[in-house]
Amino acid sequence: MNHEGVHRRKFSWDTFSSVATLIPSLILLGVFVYGFIAWTVYVSLTKWNSFIPDFSFAGLMNYMAIFNTYRFQSDLRNIVVFTVLFIVLCLVVGLALAILVDQKIKAEGFFRSIFIFPMAISFVVTGVVWSWILNPNTGVNLILKAFGWKSLPSWFLSTTITPSIPIGQIQLGIPIALLAVLIAAVWQMSGFAMAVYLAGLRAIADDIKEAARIDGAGAWRIFFSIILPQLKATTTTIIIILTAASLKIFGLIYAMTGPGQAFVTDMPSLNMFQTTFQGDAFAQGAAIAVVLLLLIAVFIIPYLISTLRQGENS
Amino acid sequence: MSTLAWKRSTRLLIYLVLIILVILYLVPVYVVVVTSLKNNAEVSLTQMWNLPSVFSFSSIKAAWAQLGPNFGNSFELAIPATILSALLGSLNGYALSKWKFKGSNVLFFLILFGMFIPYQSVLIPLLRVMDTIGLYNTIAGLILVHVVYGIPIATLIFRNFYVAIPTELMEAGKIDGTGYWGIFRHIILPLSIPGFVVAGIWQFTQIWNNFLFAVSLTNPPNQPVTVALVNIAGSQTIQWNVQMASALLVSIPTLIVYILLGKYFVRGLLAGSVKG
Repeated sequence: MNHEGVHRRKFSWDTFSSVATLIPSLILLGVFVYGFIAWTVYVSLTKWNSFIPDFSFAGLMNYMAIFNTYRFQSDLRNIVVFTVLFIVLCLVVGLALAILVDQKIKAEGFFRSIFIFPMAISFVVTGVVWSWILNPNTGVNLILKAFGWKSLPSWFLSTTITPSIPIGQIQLGIPIALLAVLIAAVWQMSGFAMAVYLAGLRAIADDIKEAARIDGAGAWRIFFSIILPQLKATTTTIIIILTAASLKIFGLIYAMTGPGQAFVTDMPSLNMFQTTFQGDAFAQGAAIAVVLLLLIAVFIIPYLISTLRQGENS
Repeated sequence: MSTLAWKRSTRLLIYLVLIILVILYLVPVYVVVVTSLKNNAEVSLTQMWNLPSVFSFSSIKAAWAQLGPNFGNSFELAIPATILSALLGSLNGYALSKWKFKGSNVLFFLILFGMFIPYQSVLIPLLRVMDTIGLYNTIAGLILVHVVYGIPIATLIFRNFYVAIPTELMEAGKIDGTGYWGIFRHIILPLSIPGFVVAGIWQFTQIWNNFLFAVSLTNPPNQPVTVALVNIAGSQTIQWNVQMASALLVSIPTLIVYILLGKYFVRGLLAGSVKG
């Protein structure tokens, strides 16, 4: 940071102005983010589980209560299964799209626009539309039937979980119904992965690839030993951002499936919302929210710290 | 096969794969448009993929009858919230990029973190506070909420935008004796138009599309379009053609923005992946 020396004087009105500029935003975020999070943590430690607020101390009772419910255990299974599959699919599809678009093709802008446009649409629109396309009585199943498919999938209405390993109160495995949600989510978000990968690919210097080609490396070899390693930081970025988005997923589930039968498509975000505002169990809802926040913070805080450090050193 | 023929057939294959993918990505668009243009008599489970025999706007009219008032709400919400959010972002971004001080990076971190939190973790206090200050179930309340929770991304977009503006331009201003605000008004702000376009488009899209705050903080008739759409879709008595027409109407404003200014939308998208 050599140019910083210019700004760093003793006291100056300019530095004062800079701090003053930030103060309104800092106060707002201090209250609405940090203050409210602290308040939510506080609520999660109380007995406020009915319509009438009760702030007597309950210790970790609400946390134990939620972890002992069939619903929250299902949520944890669902969120892990969903997030892992969602990230893997977005990375694979996103990278494939980016590579295809990066082949100096004609009408590149058109292709890019098509793959990114779902990002401009609301998750609830995606949910409504895909629940129609994947409705077992019509949509995709009509096409499968025309091809002579015998046992048609029941998509998001399926209650199957494979493999079905009993753990706690639930069956551990992949709820098939989640795969339908996954299709919709990947359709919506793969464009993000593509856009970031495309920026990453374009940042790789051509002469490295050229040198490898002169050395006689084939296309696959160049891809695996030169391009892929260079995309490591890009991949980390995509994983972190999409993980945060995936753990928070709400509108899509709300509009497409709801909690599902036996909570096969339920998520912590939806559980929190219904427990709190429909079930009036505010303290338990707060506990779910705190667990969800911690899940996300574990990914986001190290990522933010490391990217900000890098920025400082560059 | 000669290398030339080989090269040509790989090119052909690339286009073929791309076109198949484009068709797949456009399947929902086809379904929405085709279903929206059918009348009640023609919408049936078995003929979902068929084109309508006559183009009918009855479904779109029916959807508009339901959604029209909510469109007003969404515009009343999204436009002021976007403008305020971009202005705040511009001020913060200027302070954090051009006038760094000791600890400014820590503040930047604290601001950015707000962008990633699940809003469920602030929802209970938020509802109580909005209720106490009389902003629950009002568009003004939703504006406030979106402006506040939009601070992180708007700040990030502008901060990254201003980092790219050479510091030498500011030095000229300093020599002329203009201070912090003078440099902002006369040097930085005139260069900020692309930043405002990127932040504006991004925030408009996010606010328009938001569902969680909308469903938590408003009741009819103050609900934005996303909530109205979910209500329509959840109703057993409303036909699929009207549901699809509603989905189409809800998407049109953000899609128009995307079609016209897609390049800037992608810049907002990439800004979301941070960059120190």
